Amino acid sequence: MSAQESSTPLGQVRGLGSSHHGGGHWLRERLTSAALLLLGIWLIVSLVLLPSLDRATLAEWLKSASGFVPMFLFVVTAFVHAIDGLKVVVDDYVHDAGNNLALNGLILFAGIGGGAWALFSLLKIAFGAAA
Amino acid sequence: MTVSILHRITGSGLAVVGLAVLTWWLWAIAAGGDAYATFTTHATRWYGLVVLIGLTWAFWQHLLSGIRHLVMDIGAGFELKTNRFFAVLTIVGGLFLTALTVFLILGVNQ
Repeated sequence: MSAQESSTPLGQVRGLGSSHHGGGHWLRERLTSAALLLLGIWLIVSLVLLPSLDRATLAEWLKSASGFVPMFLFVVTAFVHAIDGLKVVVDDYVHDAGNNLALNGLILFAGIGGGAWALFSLLKIAFGAAA
Repeated sequence: MTVSILHRITGSGLAVVGLAVLTWWLWAIAAGGDAYATFTTHATRWYGLVVLIGLTWAFWQHLLSGIRHLVMDIGAGFELKTNRFFAVLTIVGGLFLTALTVFLILGVNQ
């Protein structure tokens, strides 16, 4: 009998459920989805309302607090939600422990690396010298 | 069932392709005029438009089916007719909002 099968419901919530992460991961995925509902609509509406999508217009927009702050939150939340969501898909379809670890590790590395790169770019637009 | 699978496919697509495009876009704005020109050259060719319009659809489909899943998470909407109605609504709504977004953005820039 495996650990999951012998555990109590409380034990599963604490980390022995099918995700091996308990309820925290599940809840964070929902909370980031609620945030992205607002931030995602903000992004689309902003792109529609901007007078142009040329570089100067976008840079000016992302230098302003009303552009930078929501975009910063969007990048962080989107990458966290992406890592959480892809983990659910991987855990549902990749059952071999070694492959599962490798794939989830790759997603985590790429997600954090990509997120750092996106944030670096955003900070450079907002605070870097005009190029 | 179909919408649930669509939620996973669009979510995975947004996570991998969407965030890659977002990161490239932000990096290109930061890096300078040449980098941004390269981005827009690819973004406005036919394959770039396929990717961007595809991402727009994935965004709206995932957003709407995500709302549906949040409602189901609180235990509502499991009656067969209601469930089916909202499943179909996410598909129709996703296509409509995609068409609207593409129309408005292309309209603004041309």
